[in-house]
Amino acid sequence: MSCWETVQAYALRSLGYGERLLPRADITLCEQITLIGSGLIWNVYFGAIALSLGFGLATLLALGKASSQIWLRKPAEIFVFVFRGSPLFIQFFLAYETFVLLPKSGIPINLGFVELTADTRWLTRAWAGALIVLFLNTSAYAAEIFYGALKSIPRGDHEAADAYGLTGWRRFRRITWPTMLRLAWPAYTNEAIFLFHATTLVYFSGFPAWRQMGDALYYASYFADKTFNPFIPYPIVAVYFIALTLMIIAIFGVINRRLNRHLGIPKRIRYRPQLIR
Amino acid sequence: MFAACADPGQIEGLTWLVCYLTTGKHMAFYASFGTVLLLLAITAPVALAFGFVGAMASRSPVPPLRWLGLGYTSMVRGVPDIAFFLFFVIALDQGLEWLRHHAMCPDWTDPVRQGANFIVCTQAKLPLSSAPQFWHEAYNFGLAIFTFSIVFGAFAANVLYGAMRAVPRGQLETAQAYGLTPGQTFRRILVPQMWIYALPGLGNLWMILIKATPLLFLLGIEDIVYWARELGGAKTSAFAYPHPDWRIWYFLALLLFYLAFTKLSEIVIARLTRRLSRGQAFAP
Repeated sequence: MSCWETVQAYALRSLGYGERLLPRADITLCEQITLIGSGLIWNVYFGAIALSLGFGLATLLALGKASSQIWLRKPAEIFVFVFRGSPLFIQFFLAYETFVLLPKSGIPINLGFVELTADTRWLTRAWAGALIVLFLNTSAYAAEIFYGALKSIPRGDHEAADAYGLTGWRRFRRITWPTMLRLAWPAYTNEAIFLFHATTLVYFSGFPAWRQMGDALYYASYFADKTFNPFIPYPIVAVYFIALTLMIIAIFGVINRRLNRHLGIPKRIRYRPQLIR
Repeated sequence: MFAACADPGQIEGLTWLVCYLTTGKHMAFYASFGTVLLLLAITAPVALAFGFVGAMASRSPVPPLRWLGLGYTSMVRGVPDIAFFLFFVIALDQGLEWLRHHAMCPDWTDPVRQGANFIVCTQAKLPLSSAPQFWHEAYNFGLAIFTFSIVFGAFAANVLYGAMRAVPRGQLETAQAYGLTPGQTFRRILVPQMWIYALPGLGNLWMILIKATPLLFLLGIEDIVYWARELGGAKTSAFAYPHPDWRIWYFLALLLFYLAFTKLSEIVIARLTRRLSRGQAFAP
């Protein structure tokens, strides 16, 4: 099989298209690069969706944590503590076991006039179940970052808002939120990078890879098992992830410049991985 | 364990639960918490030492050494740590066997890599296939500790490198003015002062390390995740203590264990920071 044929056969293998059987013997470099790249689709899927959904929840949680109302503050604090204080690996396992225990036939929901059956089977699949865990997890981490930024908004900004008579939603939309994002952005970039790295855990925790449709690291460890040579597949994963990381930094850098555009030359995002998680 | 537990089929209620939770396998489960703590106790200082050497190398005036140090510290930035875990365990194992193979069987002519196989002579196997089970487990655990130390050493090198740069320049210039050699300046001025700057980062790193311990399971160690899966799985009536799928409860217990552990660490680190900040003119 030539390299182009391999690409045609395996480029979308992680989504279930193309050749059904994975390469078994005489594994070529081309096959490894194609299949691991194909797995990267899942990493991008998990990371991008969890991040964009988590952004909203994280903002709400940060506001809840900063709230003076105890019935808003406590739940937000507990949520953030549980998801930041326990390993993601355990969260995956726990979520999977919970989803497995849900009745297979679905949960009947009685609305009085009509009875619906909520299908629960898809929750045990990684695309949904793991996504929910990643979404909640990144929300908790991002909430802590946003909360820290919320607390360090300069007092003068709020005083200026008061002076202009801005209150409620308009004050939040025009003053609090943009400043919070601007302050939180460098740390949030780190969180985004970590989230994409964390997506590699999905197929190594409770969630099984259905029909050998897995992520980049799943295929890399498959090749390492088959060829008993870790020196080719893992560096391929490393190269893919470095490229992904650089892409995230570039995208977040553009947003960072926009958030800081009124301040002249923006501070460059310094990527300091150890200080976030 | 208890006399009342002699016939599990006859007992029920609380007695059954007490007997169930004190079976030999459960004792192994409780002991595996010790495995996790042992990993933390060994990895933390070793990783700190790796980090210290890495940070020192990054500051070295010798270019190749500096590049090596900077390469080590930036290694963990773009790549998921779990990829390193999976990679290092096989790579270290093969590297050690390859070295022993060349030292012990010099007259062996076949290549070590034959297609999809990695073949070394019998004497070079690690551990020897005749070794008792204990050594196999100890070897795996040693590999896991070394892998954790390399990865977390790179994180620690990052923190310590930053901390070394955060020590005020005036301090080092004063030492120079007093005629201290670079080595003396490093030992007497820089190192004692850098810890307060490193503490927030190191505290954070400790939390990450705690939360990385379940990955031991992926490295083939019989840790708490292994036992939680093993014990929680549904047991038919062929077992002494039959029960349905209880894995969710076991994982809930693990979750609580980690929450308590990280909370405790948080409190200790906060105290330590307060203590080390005493007498400082600023809050670092």
